[in-house]
Amino acid sequence: MIRLGVPSKGRLMEKTFDWFGARGLSLRKNGNEREYAGVVEGIDGVELALLSAGEIPRELAAGRLHLGVTGSDLVREKVAGWDLRLRELAHMGFGGADLIIAVPQAWVDVDTLDDLDAVAAAFRRTHGFRLRIATKYHRLTREFLREHGVADYQLVDSQGATEGVVRNETAEAIADITSTGETLRANGLKILSDGMIHSSQATLFKSNTAPWSDAHRATLDALEDKLGL
Amino acid sequence: MMPGPMGAPARAEAERLRAIFEATGAQPVDTSILQPADVLLDLYGEDIRARAYVTADPLRGEMMLRPDFTVPVVRAHMDEGGDPARYTYAGEVFRRQETDPARPIEFLQTGFEIFGGEPAQADAEVFATIAGALDRLDLRPSTGDIGILMAAVRGLRTSEARKAALLRHVWRPRRFRALLDRYSARTPLPAHKTALLAADAPLAGIDVLPGLRSRAEIEARIATLRAEAETPPLGEEETALIDMIVDLRETAPNVLSSLRDIAVDMPAISDAVTGLTRRLDALSARGIDVDALPFEGSFGRTTLEYYDGFVFGFQSPTRADLPPVATGGRYDALTRHLGQGRAVPAVGGVIRPELVVQIREGRA
Repeated sequence: MIRLGVPSKGRLMEKTFDWFGARGLSLRKNGNEREYAGVVEGIDGVELALLSAGEIPRELAAGRLHLGVTGSDLVREKVAGWDLRLRELAHMGFGGADLIIAVPQAWVDVDTLDDLDAVAAAFRRTHGFRLRIATKYHRLTREFLREHGVADYQLVDSQGATEGVVRNETAEAIADITSTGETLRANGLKILSDGMIHSSQATLFKSNTAPWSDAHRATLDALEDKLGL
Repeated sequence: MMPGPMGAPARAEAERLRAIFEATGAQPVDTSILQPADVLLDLYGEDIRARAYVTADPLRGEMMLRPDFTVPVVRAHMDEGGDPARYTYAGEVFRRQETDPARPIEFLQTGFEIFGGEPAQADAEVFATIAGALDRLDLRPSTGDIGILMAAVRGLRTSEARKAALLRHVWRPRRFRALLDRYSARTPLPAHKTALLAADAPLAGIDVLPGLRSRAEIEARIATLRAEAETPPLGEEETALIDMIVDLRETAPNVLSSLRDIAVDMPAISDAVTGLTRRLDALSARGIDVDALPFEGSFGRTTLEYYDGFVFGFQSPTRADLPPVATGGRYDALTRHLGQGRAVPAVGGVIRPELVVQIREGRA
């Protein structure tokens, strides 16, 4: 059996079910609402596992799932060397969100990473510590800023309500997910014009590390036919 | 299998190398494996988190598994050592690997550090001692001198603000290039800046300022941007000279003659060029074939390094897949940074014993 992991709740689960449904595959939870296993109808040899979207990257990388649906941002953040261990089979066209860098709107002198870097240098001289950027996407943010040669900042961990940290004076800037930018604006923040770290959407991934027997491969071929991949 | 330490042969090699450094009078030293994270973070910034293992102690806060010996050895010397001094050490260092699973996360380093003394002589002694210790492995040396580029930047006929910004990014070639292009007006001012500078009162209408960055700080930055906009662009000749220095890639004698030509138009690098001449003479006196010694103007310009003068490395030409077997350089500014006002000229290098054993076995 091929193990397919999909998000276990919310809109992401519903949209995933719809996406497979539109391609002739019906995904269902087993009877009980609390059950975290399910069935796939319309193809043989695929079993369904319902997991938190945040755990799917790890399970794919470890090879405990053959296929999985999760945000492309989560895979890039959580799986080191993800493109060696996983392959993107399909961008599913929903769950879109951008990982961006935002600063206070009042910083009229700041529009680009180049400005952020200059401000970080001055901030460190003035305040004696590095400018703080709050995020839960440490790896993606750090790689992005290193790639663009931004120095003199530090990342501080923020696992929720990240838009509020500037007002609370626990950070000067944020790196966070946004879909419309409305919450950012409401919190007096603006996105840097070149501050797009990653444009994320729900993606169907294949694990390269999972066991792929001939039977598994045949099932995958049949599935890819069905999905039009 | 997880690549790991290579056991007894590598340890024996580490001790053999340390004995070579001890024979020059270096004092053996040891450092704790767990180092306070704040010193390393202050020095390297956030990038160190991608390279070093961070752990936490309930009383001492964040700690790091030592990613190298140089920083703790410099701290110990600045706290209690007298000059001149020389040290050697051998032990494990720990490096996170975020991209390449084939790279080891734990390996041995044997090092040699000289504090004080005449810089050209000390540079040559560290290089020649390491070259001698690695003799018969047929390694290819690389050399460079970040001090020449820094001297060239300091000598530019432009504002101190621009020089400071360029010096801050000497180790980040991409950002350095972007700054140079902007200062020489090769890239136009972005529309956002044009509008900001045209505004009479850019901060009008901003009543609430969230966070720690104050109105005065924003006003100061706008004043800096205005001053920058009024500073004339760097001359074509000057940026061309910087480009020439960055792109140097020749044998040491040819580089020296190019640099002497450049120094005619840019006298600011004369002292650094004299320093290079002295170093090459000292290397030659120690039996190094200086005529064949490669020199690259951009060698050692990577982040997470603190070298600000002579830099060198030794790589296996037949095993280009392996990291350099030995690396080192001069780090005068690091001693000033960690010495709280006191500074000592210092130079050092490390050898990776596992790689020595690996290359030696491959040749047997």
